Amino acid sequence: MKKDTQVKLFGKILDNPIIPASGTFGFGYGFADYYDINVLGSIALKGTTLNERYGNPLERVCDCPCGMLNAIGLQNPGIDVVLNEELPKLKKVYSKPVILNIGGHSFDEYIEVASRVGGNPQILCIELNISCPNVKEGGMQFGLDEHLASKLVGEIKKVSKKPVLVKLSPNVTDIVKMAKAVENAGADGISLINTLVGMRIDLNTAKPVISVKTAGYSGRGIFPVALRMVYQVYEAVNIPVVGMGGVSNAFEVIEMMLAGASAVMVGTENLLNPFASKEIIEELPLAMEELNIDSLSEIIGKSHRV
Amino acid sequence: MKKEVMTVVKNVEIADKLYLLVLSGASYLAPGQFLQIKVPEYTLRRPFCAADYDEKNDFLSIIYKVVGGGTKAMTKFEVGQKIDVLNCLGNGFDLSKTKKPLLIGGGVGIVPLFYLAKELKKQGHEIISVLGYPCKDQCFFLEEFSKLGKVYISTDDGSLGVKGNVLDILKTEDIEYDEFFACGPPIMLKALSSWNSNGQVSLESKMGCGFGACMGCSIKTTKGYKRVCKEGPVFKIDEVIFE
Repeated sequence: MKKDTQVKLFGKILDNPIIPASGTFGFGYGFADYYDINVLGSIALKGTTLNERYGNPLERVCDCPCGMLNAIGLQNPGIDVVLNEELPKLKKVYSKPVILNIGGHSFDEYIEVASRVGGNPQILCIELNISCPNVKEGGMQFGLDEHLASKLVGEIKKVSKKPVLVKLSPNVTDIVKMAKAVENAGADGISLINTLVGMRIDLNTAKPVISVKTAGYSGRGIFPVALRMVYQVYEAVNIPVVGMGGVSNAFEVIEMMLAGASAVMVGTENLLNPFASKEIIEELPLAMEELNIDSLSEIIGKSHRV
Repeated sequence: MKKEVMTVVKNVEIADKLYLLVLSGASYLAPGQFLQIKVPEYTLRRPFCAADYDEKNDFLSIIYKVVGGGTKAMTKFEVGQKIDVLNCLGNGFDLSKTKKPLLIGGGVGIVPLFYLAKELKKQGHEIISVLGYPCKDQCFFLEEFSKLGKVYISTDDGSLGVKGNVLDILKTEDIEYDEFFACGPPIMLKALSSWNSNGQVSLESKMGCGFGACMGCSIKTTKGYKRVCKEGPVFKIDEVIFE
């Protein structure tokens, strides 16, 4: 029997639940040199701010057991260049709507970026990054304080013509509280998890490896943490949850969906293997066959019902 | 970028903590291009410039220095072992304009220059190399470079050649050239940039992905932010803003 991998997100049907996560796929078109990226369910674009940013000084990345650290610091060309140059470049090689990830340092900046997006048909939704741990002036501060987060989501909802997916930080004591707060403020969906704050020290110099000392830990090692948070959040809210964190194969995609994910983002794995997202999409029907699953949309949150 | 499975043909120590790794089953890559090697038990791949490429056998050689856990683990690669590699990364040197090239290398930065020198020789150029090493024990490829042309040597401790660095040679010797090709530690490249602007440099960087996706290796240039792995690793030296 043919396997049905379609899922729905904000009323749009995705051919499959696989979405490369923001920051691991650039603005997408670079990967079109390696394979036909139209196989992807959608794409979450590199975090975009109001103005161009270089980001943090080097070193920005570091190897870790079962993962990596990054402190890129939101390097991006700014919202206008993204809308006027990057999106048209992507459109030539990718026909589906994408997720625009936006970051900021102040209410005004987030609001201005969200307003400029307008009704652009190439954009499926805004992913509000209130969880970047690598920007000194803020970003994550919005994701650590439920009052700030609610206020921001409320303001963004006023100006955004697109559904708002709020990306949560795992660096909180109570993820459920945060999730409920942004849901009450009007969020249309929740994506989680962003990276876990970590660090490493160079044994020869005794200095932190990363220029800004701390950085976000991602990769296979965080999968159980991410899965737990997706499970808890799904139980607590009535809006779609997009799961991510250490996903590296089709079985983990299914596990995320059983926990409650309506779609699944693949992050660090894209950096280790540029074909990772494509390979996971190809493995999905085989994994479904093995687990006797006919339709992916039917298993969303199934672990809560058995 | 090509994702390839290569086979270890040789993995031997050629100088103190310096290893020569020869891999078979490699597609052609140009001088200055690099590969990203997956080391078992480590997450991020390790980037290395090609030291040599043998088209007849599809053999690709690299030279690596043991600097940490990842490179230490690479010393355990056994002949016959299959290695997961991203090959043909980055831009490589532009050989189209030079009539009289000069090669300038420091430490492991000498590695990509050997492959470059062979390619330039093949194109009929005379090869002049200025090579700086920490000390005599860490010298490598000396004989190979000598076979290709004239070689000037410096060592930090004076155990071989001129005591000092490549700049000491460049400032005292009257070497005729139209464009230089350099690779070495940042401090050497920065010094080179204030000495002369007519050259290309291959930059070294820690990398996340190696193919332009993560922005882990972005540098500032006079033409905006560039990724060492994608727009580089070779840049015109006058474009690079050295920190």
